[in-house]
Order: sequence, then structure tokens, then C-alpha cells
Amino acid sequence: MDTAIDTVKPEHPRWREFKFTLYRIFRNPSAIIGFGLLFFFVAVAVAAPYIAPPKYEHAPYQMPHKGFSPTPKPPSAQNLFGTTSGQYDIFYGVVWGTRTAFKIGLFVVGIAGFIGISLGVISGYYGGWFDEILMRIVDIVWSVPLLVLAMTIVVAFGRGLENIMIALALVEWRWYVRVIRSEVLKLRDQDFVQAARLMGLSDLKIILRHIIPNAIYPVLIMASMDMGSMVISASFMSFVGLGAPKGYADWGQMVALARNYIVGPPDDPMRFWYTVVIPGTCIILFVLAWNLIGDALRDAFDPKLRRR
Amino acid sequence: MPEETILELVDLKKHYPVLGGVLRREVNSVKALDGISIAIRRGECLGIVGESGCGKTTTSKAIIRLHDPTSGKILFHPKGQEEPVDIASLSPRQLNKKGLRHRLQMVFQDPTTSMNPRMLVKNIIAEPIKEQEKLSPHDLETRVVELLNLVGLNKDHLFRYPHEFSGGQRQRIAVARAIATNPEFLVLDEPTSALDVSVQAQILNLLHSLRQKLGLTYLFVTHHLLVVKYISDRIAVMYLGKVVELAHTDSLFENTCHPYTWALLSGIPSTDIDETRERIILEGDVPSPLDPPSGCRFHTRCPFAIKVCSQIEPQLIDTGGDHLVACHRSHDTRSLFHNHATKG
Amino acid sequence: MAKIIEAIDLTTHFYTYEGVVKALDKVCISVEHGTTFGLVGESGCGKSVTVRSMMRIIQEPGKIEGGKVLFFAREGENEKTEELLSKSEAWMQGLRGDRISMIFQEPNAALNPIMRVGDQVAESFTFHRKRSMSKKILKDLASPDTRVFPGTRGLQRALYTIASETPNALLLKISRKVPLLKRWEKRMKLEAFRRATEIIGNLGIAHPEEVARSYPHNLSGGMKQRIVIAIALACKPDLLIADEATSNLDVTVQAQILDLLKELKKTEISSILMITHDLGVVAETCDRVGVMYAGTLCEEADVRELFTDPKHPYTVALLASVPRFHQEGELKTIEGMVPNLVHPPSGCRFHPRCAHVMERCKTEVPELMTVGENHKVACHLYDSKGETDA
Repeated sequence: MDTAIDTVKPEHPRWREFKFTLYRIFRNPSAIIGFGLLFFFVAVAVAAPYIAPPKYEHAPYQMPHKGFSPTPKPPSAQNLFGTTSGQYDIFYGVVWGTRTAFKIGLFVVGIAGFIGISLGVISGYYGGWFDEILMRIVDIVWSVPLLVLAMTIVVAFGRGLENIMIALALVEWRWYVRVIRSEVLKLRDQDFVQAARLMGLSDLKIILRHIIPNAIYPVLIMASMDMGSMVISASFMSFVGLGAPKGYADWGQMVALARNYIVGPPDDPMRFWYTVVIPGTCIILFVLAWNLIGDALRDAFDPKLRRR
Repeated sequence: MPEETILELVDLKKHYPVLGGVLRREVNSVKALDGISIAIRRGECLGIVGESGCGKTTTSKAIIRLHDPTSGKILFHPKGQEEPVDIASLSPRQLNKKGLRHRLQMVFQDPTTSMNPRMLVKNIIAEPIKEQEKLSPHDLETRVVELLNLVGLNKDHLFRYPHEFSGGQRQRIAVARAIATNPEFLVLDEPTSALDVSVQAQILNLLHSLRQKLGLTYLFVTHHLLVVKYISDRIAVMYLGKVVELAHTDSLFENTCHPYTWALLSGIPSTDIDETRERIILEGDVPSPLDPPSGCRFHTRCPFAIKVCSQIEPQLIDTGGDHLVACHRSHDTRSLFHNHATKG
Repeated sequence: MAKIIEAIDLTTHFYTYEGVVKALDKVCISVEHGTTFGLVGESGCGKSVTVRSMMRIIQEPGKIEGGKVLFFAREGENEKTEELLSKSEAWMQGLRGDRISMIFQEPNAALNPIMRVGDQVAESFTFHRKRSMSKKILKDLASPDTRVFPGTRGLQRALYTIASETPNALLLKISRKVPLLKRWEKRMKLEAFRRATEIIGNLGIAHPEEVARSYPHNLSGGMKQRIVIAIALACKPDLLIADEATSNLDVTVQAQILDLLKELKKTEISSILMITHDLGVVAETCDRVGVMYAGTLCEEADVRELFTDPKHPYTVALLASVPRFHQEGELKTIEGMVPNLVHPPSGCRFHPRCAHVMERCKTEVPELMTVGENHKVACHLYDSKGETDA
């Protein structure tokens, strides 16, 4: 009998697929940089209690400060990266800020993704009046810029990190709805979905088993990019004063604290560089990591290039 | 074989609405199927041929209820039941409840898109079985391997993804999935059109032997006339949503009655190098199904049209020997064809 | 007879993740002037790759590894042999569409949906025939009957004079960007459109002016394919290559297109290289046939010879597996499967599936040798003696 494969491969096909996907991703040098950076951040986040032992056991996110002087102090033996206005230790803030960044990213992407995917799948699969109404709601939500909408919500419900995260999630879902709806529309008429209906499968089973696993790729790419961009949006809100409470270890907070010291005295404008450059670099690298990963995923999942 | 009807279509219509205007009202409709009445016999292979837009795929999907017909009846005579069931009026859930859903299955044209690319072959074939009955994992796997063997594959192929196979093998997997639930009736929608010529032969032979072995009834939809000639017992020719001729295969080819069939058959490129057949080139293009011609739909392109053809629609009538034609001049056509040929 | 194009020992490889796909292995094809050559084979056999290699439109990760492609260009009385694989891309662009044209399977993909059909046919002219059109326009401009925007006659004459020698001169390129000045080309575009309409009419399409002004979505499949043919024939090429041009069409439309090609063969085109998997089409339209399998040419013969006396085991098996009009008995299938070209079988690539395989077939690649009248086979059964072996 004819066989497509010359030898019976001993490894499980899912493992083979996974290896192939890894190959596709890591063919790209930027992917290696992206994943490298991500790994670094994850390591820092996980090891935070050891690298920067918390001063207050019950509130590790509170940055320690010796004194209240508004003038930042440059890096020294006690403060590795120096201190910002209010004498908050920059090193501590940056290390614990990594955890905050992950918290923000995962929470916002998780919630927005969940809402967006659920609504988008139902809308795409069933169509009809639900689809029409939902799309009109999405149109309305879309017409408002992200930050304006998020700020409105925060101003209404009060400041705080949790509120920013909820506000961002409530706005960001609009992307996921559109993306997954368009994928579902494409898949709905495919033969294998028709074949599933012929088997008498219920709609729920069809959606879970056939539609979502095939529609999820663009959403994954978008989610990875969002991890970075949500951190930027949250940083902006913190910078403007709507974010975490004073002294909270958050990169955006730290740039906010440096607000008055971005440019130093006229004869030495770069004196307080460490207050802005260090947390700023962290934000940049974090977002860069996720963008590179998103790019690599997009290339890896491109069906045209996938199986040459 | 006894001529027991398994499926009967009674004036089946499917119109797709065309919405227009500000309020999205129905302004027109695409008359994909405009009144089909045919009876399919148990155990036979009925071929449906026609060009694009004739409605053959719509017919096949209507029969297995992948979409809802606009009007008409589909009477299904399931095995073991006396009374036929009008499945046109049943919803998918009712079909399932009555245990009818699994008796009507389909093999799709493109084996690449007809299977979930993220599912293993084992699960693809096991899925329909799991819906119908509860089997232990061991029994389930045994049954799946049994099905694979029936289609010419073996258990080495269980734990692979569809894209690891060639087109022909994928189509075999699709066939295995279709027969997994012991159906009575199988719709084959261009099952070999996406395959290579030599693989086509393998699949056609497989389908033929399966039909004998499992006592299936086939509805074979295709545009490839030589393939349908090889595999079908009877052939129905469709044009713009209606059946124009329905006869036993030999009778259709040797005793063609309808002018459209005649033109169609003359256009087949043949590998018989010495044979010189007259090629009938039809004028113009197929009219739009939005606005089919009055009377006989073919009259705008028919070389033998007379006045009545544009006024009254011909009915599908038996001209003797189980050969049905829908043409006002069906008694004349043989001589008309002959004259046309000799005229040159 | 004189040849129009010839490929010698053409070898093409594709560098993919799975390995190096040896798509073509020393393929030799020649098309004679004034004939229709059919290249048949199943998918993966390399017929499209052969033709694309000959036209040099193979892209990454494909690479033409070796061989020669000789094109016997005809300029009036003279014949000039060009070796295509050594030419620059710019030279090839001048060749494609002008001396050799190609049409593909899917008319929807070949036509630009936002351009009028007539403009698309005219595009071929405006690219290849700038000089001759400029000369004609100059003649028109010389005559006082021609209406010209007052005061511009001299300017237009100057520009067209330059265009008739060097259509891509820097001055002209600049003039195309200047807002009012660039209208000088309008005359040429109108002329091109007029010629396009003429060509569309020559193809037997009724109301060519209306059709030229419509968009692809207004036309049916058969009409679109006819327009594609019109684009291909705009500059009266010496060779037309048709890559599965009728595979997607309905039977009756296919009959119309094949008929059209037969008619055009008498007047417009001299030679056709037709790629198809449909043996019936080959039998009806071709003079000579080449059968390919897994990147090699197995057999080449006159069409009648091939169908009545096929020599290569693959050709025999292929003909037996196709349903015929007067079919007797079951279709014979070919055991096994098309091989993976990353690791093609050693020796003769068909040997794992051949009913007449010998020891020699597994190690030695068979040469293409002549057997009988103009009939070439690459099979060890027909060794140099020219008779069936054992």
C-alpha cells in the first residue's frame, strides 16, 4: 500500500509540529533577541525578592526611601541606580516594576482577550441581529481614542493600578472582536466546518473544537504585541498622575516621579539622567521584546510561508 | 436490482435572496434551484452533471440538508422504515433526534480544506462515531483502524496530521470519515477534481468497490463527463437550476435527446485520436440565474428553438426506456442532430 | 523543421526547509516553429517549473542550476539565436510579452480588478511598442488634419521624436512627472487603447468597444480568459505558452477557447506550448507531445504516435488510467505514489512503480533516445538498439 512517509517516525506528531513551529520562529534573528529579552525580564520578575529584598514585608511594591528630599541622588554603593525625587530607590523600583509590568500586561490582555474572543466568535458564527448590534457598539467604542476613554473611566472611578487595568481592558477588547470575527467568518464556510455539522455536532462543540483552534493565530500575535503596548499606555496614565499610588514600584510611576528632573540645571542638564533613562529603558526594552516576538510569530504562522 | 426509491425530490426550489435598497429588502433572487423532481433509487450511483451555476452543488447540499430549501419536499425512505420522512421541513436538531442525520453524509471536493488541519487523522475519523454511540477508547480505535483498512490505509496513519499526506490519501481519509457512521446515502461533490489523473482512478475504483461492499447509494456531482460516465448508473443533466435530461448512462450517451446534453457531450476532448466528432460550439454564455429566460431556459442558445420554446416551460417526461427529457421537440431531436451533423 | 525554442539539460532546484527539491533533472524540450507542443504530466511532475525556468520567472527559493535555453528569434528574414539563461533581467522583460507570451490557469488572478480590460490589453503595447507607436504618431502629427491643442504641435512632435528613438530617455521620464506636460503621452495611450479594441475584436468578441471599456468583474469566465489571451497576443509573439489555460473552465467554454486557439494559430500565433494534465485536450489540439514524470521527460512523440503506440511504461499506465469515451473494463491504476523530490529514486525516477522494472533501472538514469520516427523515450527497455529489450 502506498505510504506518504518512508519511515514511521517514532515521535509524537504534536511534538514534531511544535519543533517545526519553533524552527519557524527562531529562523528570525529578531525573534532570538525578543525571546532573550523576555527571558531576562521573566528571570528578574521571578527573582525579585532575592535581587531586591523588600523593606516592608506586607507591601513589597512600596519602594523604600531614606528621607523625603526631592532632589535625586546619583548611583552609589547603597543605591545601585541612584534615587529619584522623594529618595525612592531606583534599582528596587525597576526590579519590582518588572512584576508590575507583567501584571498589567497579562491582566489587560487576558480580560480584553476573553471578552473580545467570546463576543467575536458568537458574532461571527451566528451573524444576524446580534452581529449587527455588536458591530455598531464596537464602532462606537472605536470612535473614541484609547487613552481618552481609559482616562475617562479612571477619572470616574478613581485612580489606582487596578482601575487603570480594568479601564484599559474595557477599551482594548474592541480589537480582538474584530480580528477574531473576521477569522470566524472565513472559517464558517470552510468544508471541514460543514462536515462537522453533517456529523450532528452541536454549535458549541464546533466552535470549541474546530473554529477557535484555527482562528486563534492572529489573536495570539495581537496579544503578544498588546503586552507591550498596554504597559506603555499604563505608564502614560501613571505619568499623568492617574495610575498607581505614590511610591508604588511601577516604571511609569518612576518616570512620573522624575518629571521635574528630566532636564537638570542649565550648566549640567544631564545631571539627573538616571531618573529617566533607567526606567525609560526598561519600558522600551520590554515593549521591544514583545513586538519582536509578535513579529516572529506572525512570520511563523503565515500560512503561505509555513510549509514551503 | 429492485427499484426501490431511497430519496425523492418533489419540486425542490432554492432561491438565494438578493437584498437591495436602503431598507435591505429582497429585490431579486438567484434561482439556484427552480423546481427539481427526481427519484433516486437505492443502491445506484446517480451522476449529476452541468456547468458552473447549473445548481448541481446546491442540489447535493440541499439533499443532505446543509442548507434550507426555499420550497418543495425531500422524501427520504430510511432503511427499515415504512413511511418516508420529509426532511426538507426538519431542522438540524430534529434530524439528529430522529436518528437520520448520520444516514446522509458527504465527501467534499477539496481534501485540503475538508478536514480540520489541527486534528489528528484518528480523531477526524473518530469524531462522527463518537457523536452517534458511546464506545470505549479501545473499541473506538479498532473501529477507526477498520475504516482505514477499508479505504486502503493502515494503522500507521492514525497519529498524523492531514497535511502529511498526499491529495489522494487525504481523500481516502475523507471517505473513511464519511462512511464511519454507516450511512445509507453518500453525496460525492467532485471528489476527484482536485486530484491527479492517476490518483483519480484509484479513488474511483475505491468508491465503486465500497458501494458494492456496503450497499450505499451515491449522488455523484461533477463537471467531468468521462468520469461520470465511468462511475454512474444513471445521469441527470442540469441547466440553470432545472434537470433537462435524466437517463441510464449508456442511453444518455448513445441516445441523447436534449440539445444541451448533445452540445455538452460533443465538447468533451477525447483521447481517441482517430475519432472525428463534430464539436458543437454553443453561442454566448450561460444566462444569469437572477433572471432566467422565459419558457425553456435553454432556448436562448438552442440551435433548434421554436416559438413554443420561449413561451412554455417543458416538463421532464419519460420518452420510453426510463429516459426522461424536458424538451418540446424531444421526439424530433435525434433527426435534428443528425441533420446538423451532415449539414456540417 | 526550424525550432522556435529549445531547452537543453535544464535543471532547477528549490531550497526548502524539508531539503533540496530536485524539481527538474536535465530536461530537454524543443518546440518547432508553427506547431503546438503539449507538455503533459501530473501535478508535481515539473511541467510548470520547466516553462517558468525557460521564461526565467522562477523565484526564491527556486534556482536554475544548469542547462541552456535557446530562443530562435525571428526578425523578418533573419533568425538569431539567443541563450535566455545568460540574459539580464531587463532583456528578459523586453522579451516577455513581446516575443514570448504566457497565459495562466486562473483568469481572475491574471486580470487587475480595478483597471478597465482594454487598458490592460493596451498596457502590453505601451510597454513594448513605444517606438513604433511614436513613429506612427509623428506621421499623424505631420499631417495638418490632425487636431492638436493649439500651440502644442511643435512640442508634441519634439517629444515624440525623442520617444521614437529612446522611449525611456531621462527627459521623457521627467516630463511624465510634470503636471500639464505629461499629457503629451495621452495621444499614445489613446492609440494603444484603439489597438487594444481592435485586438479584442479580432478574437471574435462581439461589441469590442463596450468590452474594452468594462471591468473584469463585468465579464464571464470565458470572456476573461479571452481577454487574457488578447493581452498575451497584443504584440504578436512568436510563441504562446499556455499553462493549464483551460483547466478551470466549463466544458463548453473550454471548447470555445480551444477552438479560438485553433483559429488564432492560423493567423496570429505561430507556435504554442501547451501545458495540461488533460490528455483529451492534448489529443485534440497538439501536434507533438512531451510526457513528464517527477522532473524528467519520459517520452516525446507526435501526438498520433503517442496515443496509438506509447512506449514508456508511465505513458502506457497514464493512458490506461484515464476514463475514455468508449471505456472497457476498469480503470487501471498505477501502483505507488509520486515520489518526494527531496529524495528522488535513484536511477530512473519511475522505477519504484514500473511494471517492467529491471536491475539496471535502479542505478542508471536512462538517456532520452530516438526510437522510430521522431519518437523519443527515456527508458532502458528501449536501449540503443532501438528495440524492446527482453
